[in-house]
Amino acid sequence: MVILGTKTDAPKTRGPDDSRGYRVFRVVNTVVLIGVVVVTLYPFLNIVARSLSEEAYIIAGKVTIVPRGFDLTAYKLLMSDALFWTNYRNTVVYTVVATLISIVLTTCYAYVLSKPQLKGRTFLIGVALFTMFFSGGLIPNYVLVTSLGMKNTIWAVVVPNAISVFNLLVMKAFFESLPSELEEAAAVDGLNTYGTLLRIVLPLSKAIIATMVLFYAVSFWNSWFTAFLYIDRQDLLPVTVYLRNLIAGATDAQQSGAAAADVVQAAATLQAVTIVLTTLPILAVYPFVQRYFVRGVMLGAVKG
Amino acid sequence: MTSTLRPPPPAPPRSPQEALSPAPRSPRRGRSWRQALRRDWQLYSLAILPLLFFLVFRYLPMLGNIIAFRRFKPGGSIFGEYWVGLRYFRMFLTDPTFWEVFTNTLVLGTLTLLFCFPLPIVLALLLNEVRARRFKRFVQSVSYLPHFLSIVIVAAMVMQLTSIEGTANQLVRLFGGDPVAFLQRPEWFRSIYVSSEVWQTVGWGTILYLAALTTIDEDLYEAARIDGAGRLRQTWHVTLPGIRPTMVTLLILNIGSFLAVGFEKILLLYNPLTYPTADVVSTYLFRMGFQSSNFSYAAAIGLFEAVIGLVLVLSANVISRRTVGTSLW
Repeated sequence: MVILGTKTDAPKTRGPDDSRGYRVFRVVNTVVLIGVVVVTLYPFLNIVARSLSEEAYIIAGKVTIVPRGFDLTAYKLLMSDALFWTNYRNTVVYTVVATLISIVLTTCYAYVLSKPQLKGRTFLIGVALFTMFFSGGLIPNYVLVTSLGMKNTIWAVVVPNAISVFNLLVMKAFFESLPSELEEAAAVDGLNTYGTLLRIVLPLSKAIIATMVLFYAVSFWNSWFTAFLYIDRQDLLPVTVYLRNLIAGATDAQQSGAAAADVVQAAATLQAVTIVLTTLPILAVYPFVQRYFVRGVMLGAVKG
Repeated sequence: MTSTLRPPPPAPPRSPQEALSPAPRSPRRGRSWRQALRRDWQLYSLAILPLLFFLVFRYLPMLGNIIAFRRFKPGGSIFGEYWVGLRYFRMFLTDPTFWEVFTNTLVLGTLTLLFCFPLPIVLALLLNEVRARRFKRFVQSVSYLPHFLSIVIVAAMVMQLTSIEGTANQLVRLFGGDPVAFLQRPEWFRSIYVSSEVWQTVGWGTILYLAALTTIDEDLYEAARIDGAGRLRQTWHVTLPGIRPTMVTLLILNIGSFLAVGFEKILLLYNPLTYPTADVVSTYLFRMGFQSSNFSYAAAIGLFEAVIGLVLVLSANVISRRTVGTSLW
């Protein structure tokens, strides 16, 4: 899959061009881009403001990006909800386990696919690529997972999406870019394939593995539909489905242990608080990991 | 990231039968399977678990589509009980609701393509003209952010923004209008869906274009300038052709997912009041399967959808190879 032959982020200078039209354009351009920033950030600020506001102000439609009638009741309410924390813990567990499985499977397969001399390599790549364009579909998948007895277990969430073909291609491209002399030297030193992979290749691949961990972890952290489909027990749900049930009005207040009257009163605020608390971990690590994502996407786009 | 080091791109996936047989027609350096296995068995052993995964969770469900042609009993065999031929296909092809949701799918897919495909190109071109690098970085970082949110969170945000007391209605009131329950009104669903889609994808979509822009040969701009081309004509005659392969590839991929319009997001955002515009093939299939427990019927619709998706991506690929010489493989 050839998308581009890339080099990263070199500043582009097209020499001076100070025609009047272009100067006007640059002002307009800056304004437009600031507009993009504002539109992108506004929903976040709005949600944070709502989460900190008094319900009455929200209902009156007075909250924009500044909290009105500063009120932490909803935070306290949610913090005291045992189900919320159980679900939050589930999300963490599912994410860790799923990411682990994914990384192992993806690394193994990508390493195999990166060996140009391997017989049957084209077929092995085809097996993976074909699933990008054709899939069994919702119903057969559901029937399969159910008949494997995976319903209401962690496995229904962590196994069916273990390998992302895109990530596989990114990793394969990386392995292919490693100099083959290294592995030949390892073979001369008497290391077998497993030894070469573990002691030579993987230590050189820390950066790409970190990127893969991020890709997988974020997608598992954010996923909700698999759990929604395969898990009926409230105490096994991830926090995304908790939020889904909340916005669908399906979470029964009494069931989750909070005082019903309070919950009804604080419904809008509570939603905002749940959104904030669910998004927080992503927002907290985002500034530090963003560039790895960008790098990974480009690596995958070079060649698959 | 030097592409020169790499072997040529993989050949198109061959049909399983052809590739499985130890085809003597194209022996790789004359080695037989036996030799290959003896030499590389450790490598092959690493492929076992991943292959098992693909087999069980990707290819078995493809075979599972056979229930679209068979009577299926929940709890029974995953391949159904007995043949019913094309009964379920005839059923949905004569089902007026199916054609309604099919039309909705086409409309939403077209609108998504119309906005979500070109806007990242525009944004990338605008960013490309920014000289202050820190400002550019900042805009990029902010615009990538929504990509990392769960669909549930995006849906929840949409609900809050469009609620009676939310931002959208604050604006409506500002201009003297009456509050609208946007998510209860079928005529608003498409705009809401497409704008939230744009909000979430436009920034992330610029990455590949921005990278492609840096690979354009500086001399081309120089030559264009000498020929008297202004900024706009340079963009038209140099920049856009320079990123055309990227554009075409992403367009093909977009077309391939055309019918699979944001199933999860629609599932979260729609309700019976907005079904007239919001209900798409995948959500209809979901309700048929899980609320009406009509698995075979739903599987038939799913198979139909998947086949159309495959046909779309293959034909887009062929057309693009014939016309502009860019192909996915």
